[in-house]
Amino acid sequence: MTEVTELARPEGEALNSKEVLLNLGPQHPSTHGVLRLVLELDGEYVKRVDPHIGYLHRGTEKLAESFTYTQIFPLTDRLDYLCPPSNNLAFALAVEKLLGIKAPIRAQYIRVMMAELARISGHLLITGALPMDLGAMTALLYVMREREMIMDLLEMVTGARMHTSFCRVGGVREDLPDGFFPKIREFCDIFPNRIRDYERLLEDNRVFLKRTQGIGVLTAEDAIDLGLSGPNLRASGVDWDIRRDEPYEIYDRLDFKVITRAEGDCYARWRCRVDEMRESMRIIEQCIDQMPEGGFQIDMPTIAFPVDKERVHCSMEALIQHFDLSAYGFSVPKGEVYSAIEAPKGELGFYIISDGSPKPFRMKVRAPSFVNLQAVFGVTNARYLADMIAVLGSLDPVMAEVDK
Amino acid sequence: MSVEPSLNRAPILERFGETIEDLGTAHDMDVFVVPPEKIVEFCRFLKDHPELKFNFLSDICGVDHYPETPRFEAVYHLYSLPNRCRVRIKCRLGDPPEVPSVTGVWRTANWHEREAWDMYGIRFQGHPDLRRIYMWEGFEGFPQRKDFPLRGYKDKLNPFGAEGPPPTQPDLATRDIP
Repeated sequence: MTEVTELARPEGEALNSKEVLLNLGPQHPSTHGVLRLVLELDGEYVKRVDPHIGYLHRGTEKLAESFTYTQIFPLTDRLDYLCPPSNNLAFALAVEKLLGIKAPIRAQYIRVMMAELARISGHLLITGALPMDLGAMTALLYVMREREMIMDLLEMVTGARMHTSFCRVGGVREDLPDGFFPKIREFCDIFPNRIRDYERLLEDNRVFLKRTQGIGVLTAEDAIDLGLSGPNLRASGVDWDIRRDEPYEIYDRLDFKVITRAEGDCYARWRCRVDEMRESMRIIEQCIDQMPEGGFQIDMPTIAFPVDKERVHCSMEALIQHFDLSAYGFSVPKGEVYSAIEAPKGELGFYIISDGSPKPFRMKVRAPSFVNLQAVFGVTNARYLADMIAVLGSLDPVMAEVDK
Repeated sequence: MSVEPSLNRAPILERFGETIEDLGTAHDMDVFVVPPEKIVEFCRFLKDHPELKFNFLSDICGVDHYPETPRFEAVYHLYSLPNRCRVRIKCRLGDPPEVPSVTGVWRTANWHEREAWDMYGIRFQGHPDLRRIYMWEGFEGFPQRKDFPLRGYKDKLNPFGAEGPPPTQPDLATRDIP
């Protein structure tokens, strides 16, 4: 165990205590899943930290090698289960890049809108869960109320609350249902005030501030060196957002700000996410206003299922098309591609090697939480065990994504 | 969808022209094949060069091309935050696969390399802490290799696995949990 942070004890304090090894997790509620931290403690000071992961390893990458491209979508749902539409989008984009196709504009708008809803849903949880880890239980109950609204919206569109599997290569599974726009507009009207509520609840909460401000500071250099991405990196003052800097889908048509903070502490990471929810809200509103008419699926019978499912019952071609795509999938030209999107947790990349068959030869998931979790090595001033909890909570790792 | 193919290749080819293989641009990303012994020097050059500035390591992953030779590949994805530009580096590795570690260049390489070791058995020389990361200590074999059966090998923990002995690859990196 060499790659661990040696943390200096505060000056002038000589404790006569024995060093203790503490197992934090894998069933500890503040580790947000099944993370096990082996901590070497000197009194209450953390001397070394050694994260053990893999308790939720399902072999997604190995499984994907025996699945067709369409069958992999449900696997991607289960990476970051707080925001499946983003994962679906990342995978769909990678395959589309390999095929050299693009989804119709309407499908791109729908995907972006769903991905931003998912971002809000993911950020909402951390907005409430970090204070809960630090003892402020109330916020979590409030954010669950708003997450419920998002879940209802997701259910309305996709039929599922958590594992949506909504994207398809070359589009989305189905069009938006009737009555969706009034419902989401209602959400857009309510939600900004609710964000204000969370802020009022926590911004002046002295306990919350004391336990997050100045705690777990990561400098910009450290954050880049440790490979952090997403809000965690932006909270250290690095102005990088893939949505703006390598625009995919229709993000170049949308107007949004990239939120950065200079401090790099736990509070900055929390704050970044709260402010990002406002920007996501603006993106969703723009998507609703600009939503074009048109198809929700690419018009390529070799890749997309028949749009009108009724035709499967009365047309031989449609039946063959449906059967072929279900049973064998579609072939993807030989080649390899790396495609990354700005998922709620950071850079979510899919590296796919295709050998020309309907199944990927190799699929590598660059999971943002996996990399972000390494930041526990770079945090220099989280001295107390209790600070470790704040650091973990603010890094917002989703263990399903860490363990793949 | 558009990664700007604005990579300035001249300084790279000037410095490493003979030793590396330039595979050109594949799906908007430049690809270089670097011999394993040059990888640390190459990465450091890309990171420190005043024009290239590839300061962000996105990903390291192993690939198994069984039964072809060279069988393994280590693939590095780099990103330049100042230039908004990506590059892919490949190392072709024999069997048993060995490649120097780039943890000295980016600290984030640590867990990526541990994952590649755990799943493919690629030994990263000079890695400070090359333990398994997903599988438990004492697990035998490397599960993402193409010749590893989907249900694993049969042993007392896994009655549904494939018959046959697990590959005799001693897990040298096992270490006691302190």
